[in-house]
Amino acid sequence: MPTTTDKAILDSLVRNKIGFITSVPCKQLAGVIELVDSHEEIYHIPSNKEDEGMGLCAGAYLGGTRSAIIMQNTALGVAINSLVTLIQYYHIPLPMLISYRGEVGEKVACQVEMAIHTKPLLQQLNIPHYHFTKAEQVNSLDGILQHSQMCKKPVAILADASFWSSAS
Amino acid sequence: MIRYDILKTIAPILKDRLVVCNIGSPSQELYQLLDQPSNFYMLGTMGLCSSIGLGVALVQDQPVIAIDGDGSVLTNLATLSTIANNPADNFVLLIVDNGSYGSTGDQPTYAGMATSLTEVAKACGCRNVVECSAEETAAELERAISSGKMTIIISKCQPGNVNVSVIDDDPVNIANRFSNQIRELNS
Repeated sequence: MPTTTDKAILDSLVRNKIGFITSVPCKQLAGVIELVDSHEEIYHIPSNKEDEGMGLCAGAYLGGTRSAIIMQNTALGVAINSLVTLIQYYHIPLPMLISYRGEVGEKVACQVEMAIHTKPLLQQLNIPHYHFTKAEQVNSLDGILQHSQMCKKPVAILADASFWSSAS
Repeated sequence: MIRYDILKTIAPILKDRLVVCNIGSPSQELYQLLDQPSNFYMLGTMGLCSSIGLGVALVQDQPVIAIDGDGSVLTNLATLSTIANNPADNFVLLIVDNGSYGSTGDQPTYAGMATSLTEVAKACGCRNVVECSAEETAAELERAISSGKMTIIISKCQPGNVNVSVIDDDPVNIANRFSNQIRELNS
C-alpha cells in the first residue's frame, strides 16, 4: 500500500510536469511505482536495466516530455556509461529517484557493498545528490526537480531505509 | 550491398523525418549522406539507439525511424521486450544486420551465426517483424511507415564500412536542433 510519503513524491513529480518515468523495481520503491503506474498524466515504462531506461528517458526528453528514472543505487554500476556519454554529454535533465540500499537499517549484507561506493561514484561523476533520511525531506523534492531542469543535469535523490521507515 | 548502400537507398525516405542513428560508422555515414536537423546522432553509448528512438516515439506523434545494428541490439537485447510491450505505431526500428561489429573492425556477431534477431524479436512479442534483403529495405521501410503500425525491420546485408570522417558537431547542438525540429513538426 502506498504511504502518504509515496503520494507526496508522486504529487511532486506531477507538479513538476514529469510525464515519462521508467523504473527498475526495488521493494522500498513499490508504493511509488504503483502510484506512478496508475497516474494518467504519466507514461510509466518499466525497463529491464537502468541503462536502457536512461535511453528511453533521453528519447522522451528530446521528444518534448520531462522524464525521470526510479532505480536502486546498485544500478549505478550498470548505468555509468549512459550517464556520462548520453545524459551528461547531451545536457539532458534526469532526476533519479534512488532507493539507497545498504545504509543503516539494511537487512541484506551484500547491499552494503554497493552503498559504500554510491556517494563516491556520484561525487566522481559530478552528479548533484541529496540524501533523504527522514520523511519530511520529501518537501525538498520540488526544488530538486526544478534544479535538474534548470541546469540540465542528472540529479540523484538517495532515499535510504530510515527515510522509507519514517514514512507514514 | 553494405550498410552505406542501404543508407543511400533509404536517404530519400529519411529526408525530413525523425531519425535516431546508431553510434559509430552508421551515424558517420548518415552524416555524410544526409545531414539534417531531424537526425539524432549517437556519439557514444553503444546499444541505446532503439531505446532512445522508442522514447521519442512514445511522447509525440511524428514517425520515428531508429537505425540500429545487430551488434548494438545484441548489447541491449532486452530492448525488444520493452518495445513489444510498449508499442508506438509511429515507430520503426530498422536493424541493419551485417553480422558484424562494423565500427570496431568487423568482428563477427552472434547475429551472423546461430542467433536470429528476427526470431528473437518475434519471441519478445513484437508483432510486425520483417526480415528482408538489403535491396528490399527501402520498399519495406516505406511500407512500414505508411502502415501506421510499429514495425521491426531486419535488413540482412554484407559487412563493411566506407571511409568517412567522424562527426565533429557538438552534442548539445545535435540534441537542440533535433528537439526544435520535433517541436516544429508537431506544431
